[in-house]
This record gives sequence, structure tokens and C-alpha cells, in this order.
Amino acid sequence: MVDQATADEQYLAKADFQVLLDLLAGEGYEVIGPTLGEGAIVYGPLRSVADLPRGWTDEQEAGHYRLVRRNDEAWFGFVVGPQSWKQYLFPPRTRLLTAKCEHGTWKMQPAEEPVPKYAFLGVRACELAALDVQDRVFMHSAFPDPHYVQRRQQALVIAVNCTQAAPTCFCTSMATGPRCRQGFDLALTELAEGFVLEIGSPRGRELAARLPLAPASEQQCRDAADARAQAEQQITRHLATAGLRELLLSNLNHPHWDEVAARCLSCANCTMVCPTCFCSSVEEVSDLLGEQIARERVWDSCFNPQFSYVHGGLVRHNIRSRYRQWLTHKLATWHDQFGTSGCVGCGRCISWCPVGIDLTQEVAGFRAAADRALFDRRPGAGEHAASVSGQGRGPSGLSASRPFLQQPRGEAGRPLPDEAPELGQSDAPGSESPRSTEGR
Amino acid sequence: MTPSAPFVDPWQIHPVQIVEAVPESEGVTTYRLRYCGGGGKADYAFQPGQFNMLYVPGAGEMAISMSGEDRQAEGWLHTVRLAGVVTHAMSRLGVGGVLGMRGPFGKPWPLDNAQGCDVIVVAGGIGLAPLRPALQQLSAQRSAYGRLALLYGARTPSGLLYRNDYATWQDAGWQVELTVDRHEPGWTGRVGVVPQLFDRLRGLNTGRTVVFICGPEVMILFAARAALARGIPPQQIWVSLERHMQCGVGMCGHCQLGPLLLCRDGPVVRYDHAERWLQVEGL
Ligand SMILES: Cc1cc2nc3c(=O)[nH]c(=O)nc-3n(C[C@H](O)[C@H](O)[C@H](O)COP(=O)(O)OP(=O)(O)OC[C@H]3O[C@@H](n4cnc5c(N)ncnc54)[C@H](O)[C@@H]3O)c2cc1C
Ligand code: SF4
Ligand code: SF4
Ligand code: FES
Repeated sequence: MVDQATADEQYLAKADFQVLLDLLAGEGYEVIGPTLGEGAIVYGPLRSVADLPRGWTDEQEAGHYRLVRRNDEAWFGFVVGPQSWKQYLFPPRTRLLTAKCEHGTWKMQPAEEPVPKYAFLGVRACELAALDVQDRVFMHSAFPDPHYVQRRQQALVIAVNCTQAAPTCFCTSMATGPRCRQGFDLALTELAEGFVLEIGSPRGRELAARLPLAPASEQQCRDAADARAQAEQQITRHLATAGLRELLLSNLNHPHWDEVAARCLSCANCTMVCPTCFCSSVEEVSDLLGEQIARERVWDSCFNPQFSYVHGGLVRHNIRSRYRQWLTHKLATWHDQFGTSGCVGCGRCISWCPVGIDLTQEVAGFRAAADRALFDRRPGAGEHAASVSGQGRGPSGLSASRPFLQQPRGEAGRPLPDEAPELGQSDAPGSESPRSTEGR
Repeated sequence: MTPSAPFVDPWQIHPVQIVEAVPESEGVTTYRLRYCGGGGKADYAFQPGQFNMLYVPGAGEMAISMSGEDRQAEGWLHTVRLAGVVTHAMSRLGVGGVLGMRGPFGKPWPLDNAQGCDVIVVAGGIGLAPLRPALQQLSAQRSAYGRLALLYGARTPSGLLYRNDYATWQDAGWQVELTVDRHEPGWTGRVGVVPQLFDRLRGLNTGRTVVFICGPEVMILFAARAALARGIPPQQIWVSLERHMQCGVGMCGHCQLGPLLLCRDGPVVRYDHAERWLQVEGL
């Protein structure tokens, strides 16, 4: 990708970087950025440049994350850790309301908690995209969430372009990175002695005006472009997104879900580390007398069995249905609900899965099966090819296996038709329920 | 990044008072509510098919549809069937009791779009509750609609809700067809499942008939199939669906059914938008 230096590029020497932190603190911002902690690079308060994980990097693979010393002193020479900025805008626990019993009647009051004014330093391109995804959920809605909106509107975003990628990264597939293009106030690209700085908003411009900047030299701009290009070149993981929504939604009863379910522990790690997952539950927190009650929103996950509780039972009562909810929500139905993918390609769920389940691999599994099915359905491929796809499935491969049809849902024992036929799965021979067409 | 103007806090719960509690049948009660400190109809407007989140402090919140407005008296109605923690806690409050409420939320029955059409309302058990405001509005605007029919069933005759309303509805021009799953002494009506009541409707004008269905999910599926089998296109069938709801406004993820966030995109959805997902077990 051509990465042209913009006329706006400035240079901030590392020696002057503390000025930025002090300026932000002076403006009343609580500066949050990457720092070492808990055996990982986590986000936390930054007071001094010494708090940054200088000289450290992260080594990541499916089910694997490790901190390693770099052979240089880079300040931002790593990608993303187990945490994301969502913990600040959509905190793991938020008080929504208090209810107090006074003279036999209830008084309900909005929780009046101070709204922190954050400056996020070190936001990666995929994380900018994740902020946008959560903006759509919590802010661009007919009923915006005031807790999110207030935090979000005050927050200052200082992005840092990736200059390296982890094997788990696939932002290029999701068109979210690695270059920071929008959604920031300032964006930095790290060089050995300083940062090339771009301005992304009026607020960023005001801030930049108060920093000891120099116009970036042509050489500095070239070096920054090279550093960014390096990150892009290092990306090896790929998720093919074309037709992905339909691929998944037309295979909701594919046997591959059982295969993943056999590996998945339903531990919810992937949803906790994911920067876009937004599911929550409200808890009643009561004092001993039950006269003062707080309602608190806590992070929840579609992997928790109780999450799909309805009176009388659980809708998603097995791991298969829960993993299916997660993957199809991320990659398919999120588009319907919020007009974007729910995945930004940050790779966190891959690294932090205790058994190393990798969504890009799972999608590839579905694709391979779909391709096999298409191959099998070529004129003349017939019986022989069907036996190649094997596994006791019908020649159409994809949707012939429908264990749920055994459930007593069909009229007079006749099963209900399966979901609308899509990719490579219409009129599956052996399917006892040709889709009813009366009345269409 | 700027949200549209000042907005209401969707989490804010308002105190409401139970002004009346009328038993309907075993375990089912219709409550009339109004805002604490007065205020009824003037302060509160909803569209038929929408729901409120009702809150009993200490017990929790639950989604309950509006089951009617009271033209004479102030307030609005909810018909609640005892299920678990919150419904039982609500039943213990009694007349004068105070609980919390937020709403109205959700997509209503498309009554305006149905103008000029024949309307078939199909309900099972407590599923008549979210349809009753629609029945009331359709009756009030009788001349704007064609033929009106209610197909309603319950497990037992005593489980049939709003028995006093049937005559009123018939007077307003409704064809009312009832059925029960199980006989009880004194019942001289039909025994059988609700979808069979479609056989009672002769000479359907399928091109301009709209069907509204609410009840247990299985019943919804069969009723919709009965309508499809009679030639009513899926785009003219609307169903009210139920999943667990917590936020009511599309931000907690609980009420998903495939692409649908039922609190926001429903509970009333067009059948062809829901059919594919209803048929997948465990979605
Ligand atoms: C849009 C909509 C409209 C509705 N309209 C009506 C109506 O008009 N009338 C009517 O009677 N019903 C209606 N319902 C159904 C009604 O919401 C439920 O019956 C009600 O929530 C049951 O609440 P409960 O506390 O009595 O039952 P419980 O089963 O005890 O559930 C109580 C709450 O506690 C939690 N909970 C309890 N047990 C568990 C568990 N094991 N795991 C996780 N969480 C748990 C859940 O948050 C649940 O909401 C409607 C539902 C929806 C979605
Ligand atoms: S349903 Fe699952 S995948 Fe979707 S946002 Fe909620 S936790 Fe994340
Ligand atoms: S699904 Fe995985 S890769 Fe995609 S945004 Fe979430 S954590 Fe990152
Ligand atoms: S109830 Fe929260 S998203 Fe629907």
C-alpha cells in the first residue's frame, strides 16, 4: 500500500515526550497507556515515559502470549495485550442506578459517579476500529448509553501506528489496519529517537500547537512509512471475508460446529479480551436490610450458559450453540445489527484461548467444506465425489446434518424446513423436508 | 461522535404504583399501573405490541407487554403470568404497591400499514396480552380495516383471558373463534390447537390479509405455517417473539435471535425476517 507522508506530519523527539504527558495531566486528563503488569503489557495510568514497556515485546501465537526483551529500546515495540480500551469506556462494572426505600416508597436515582476524563495513549489501528464498533452499539443508537457516551466524548485518543505485527494479527483482512487512518486526535509513528506525528482532529491540532514539535523531515517521513510498511509485511494471518456472512448463516447446522465444540471450553476468555464484545448483565446489589439497592451492569458473555436463560431453561444449552453464537455474531449477524463486522482482526481471542482455537482457522474449515460441497455438486461429480466429502453427510455436504430435526417440532412428525437454502446447499438429496413453497 | 441532541437515560427507572390488580385466571393477573404522584394516560403513551421493563426492587427486572389502556380510568395495563422470581415478587406487592418501570420499548404491531386490510389475530394463552391493545385499537378504528378475526386458544377454558371482552369485540365486528387443548366441565366449545382455527375462516382474501401472532414459540410456528398454507404471504405475517431481555434497548446482547436484537428489532417482527432463525435449534 502506498503510504504517503502528509504535509501535516510533525516530529516529536523522545526527549520531549514527557512534555506531552505533563500537558495532558495539566489539562485534567487521566493518561492511560501500555505498561508492564501481570506478565503482559496491560493498560494503566501513565505518569512518566518510564512507565512505558520500553525494550519489551510480546510473543504471540494461538493459545500463547509471552513477554520478551527486545534487542532495542523501542517504546511501542509490541502489538496488543489481553486488555483493551473498552474497559475504560464500558467498564467491567458500572453502577446504573440506586433505589432507596423511603417511607414505604421507592426512590430511584441515576448513579452519580464522576466521569473520568481519559487520554488514551497507544491506541492501535485495530483498536480505533474497535472503538468505532462500540460507538455504534452504545452511542449511535436510538437509546444511547449515557455512561459510555460521557466517557467517550471526553476521551482523547492518541494512536500509535504498529511498526511490527504478531502472527495472530489479521487487521489487513478486516480492513482495519495496520495504518491508523481515522478516529484519532493524534497519531504517532515511532522512530529510534522520536515520533512522526499526524493530527486527526481540531482537538489534536490544539494540543499539537502546545508541543515542542518540528516539521518532520523528508527522511523522517520516509523512515516512518518504512516502519509502518514493516508491520504490514509481517502480517501472515488471513481471514477471507467475501461472502462470509452467508457462508456461516447458511451452515448453522454444519457438523464442523460439533468439532469446534469438542475443543472449546466455553471459558469466555475470547469475549472478555475482545475489544468489541459488549454483552452485559445487570446485578441487584442490596444492603443487608434490602432498603438500599444498587443496579450494576457487569460484563457477561454468550459463553456463560446462564446468559441465554429464559424462564424454563437455557436457549443455548450446549457449547456448540454457544460457540456458534459467538462466531456468527462476530462475523455475520453483527453486520445486520450494527452495519459492521464485530471483528477488527486484533487476534486477542486467538492468543488468549487456553486451547488455541483460532477463528480464522475455523472459518477456513467452513470454507473448505463449502468448497468441497460445491465441487461435489458439479454436474458429473455425482456419487463418486460425494464419497470423497464422506463423513456420512449427503452429497451437498453442508446442511444435511440436522440433529435438531429429531426434536418434536414438526407437524405430525414432519420436520420443519431448514433455514433458507444458500451457498451450495439447496435441495439437498436425502433431506426429507423440501422447503414449503405454498403461498409464496 | 456527537449523539443526537440531549437524550433520556434508558436505564432510569420511574416509580409506578399498582392501582388495581384483577385476577384473570390461575396465576395470571392484570395490573393497572400509573406513575407515582398521579399522571396516567397523558404522561404515558405506547403503541400496541410494545413492552415495558418492570422492576421490583430486590427481585429484578422483567419485560412485560402492555395489555391495554384504560379509556375511563387513568393508567395502563399489564397482564402477568406467574413464572419465577420477579413475577412472584410483583404479585406480593398488591394494590398500592410501588414498583419501577422503564419503557415503552420495542417495535409495535404495524397497525397503520394494515389499514384497508383484513386482519387475523392469532393468540395462544398469555400471548393474547400483547395483542389486546391492538384489538382495542382496531375496534376503535373499525372502519379503517376490512374483515377482523380473532383465533384464540388456551390450555383450558379457564385459561382463556379477557373473557369479558369477547362480546365487545364481536359487537365491534370481530369474528371470535376459541379453542382449548383440554376440556373442562361446562365447556361446550371447540377442543384442539389454535392453528386449526384457520379452518373457520372462509373465503380469505389472501392478497390483503394481515396476520398477527403471539403465543408460545411452537404455536407461533404452526400458526404461521397454517397461514402460509392458506396462501398468505410471509411478508403479511407478523409475530411477537420472546427472548430474555435485560436492557430493552439493544446494548446488552441478551435477546439475540440470529441477526435480530428482539428488544430493538422486535418483539414484533415480520415472519419472513424471523422464520429462518426460529427453525434453528439453540440459536
Ligand atoms: C417482549 C416481552 C414481552 C413479554 N410480555 C409478557 C406479558 O405480557 N406477560 C407475561 O406474563 N410475561 C411476559 N413476558 C415474559 C416475562 O418477561 C417472563 O415471564 C418474566 O421475565 C419471568 O420473570 P420471573 O422473574 O418471574 O422469572 P424467572 O425465571 O425467575 O426469571 C427472573 C429473572 O431472573 C433471572 N434469572 C432467574 N433465574 C436465572 C437463571 N437460572 N439464570 C440466569 N438468570 C436467571 C433472569 O434475569 C430473569 O429475568 C414477556 C417477555 C418479553 C421478552
Ligand atoms: S453475543 Fe457473544 S460474541 Fe456477541 S457481543 Fe455478546 S459476548 Fe460477544
Ligand atoms: S473476535 Fe478476536 S480477533 Fe476479532 S476483534 Fe475480537 S478478539 Fe480481536
Ligand atoms: S434486551 Fe439488551 S439487547 Fe435486547
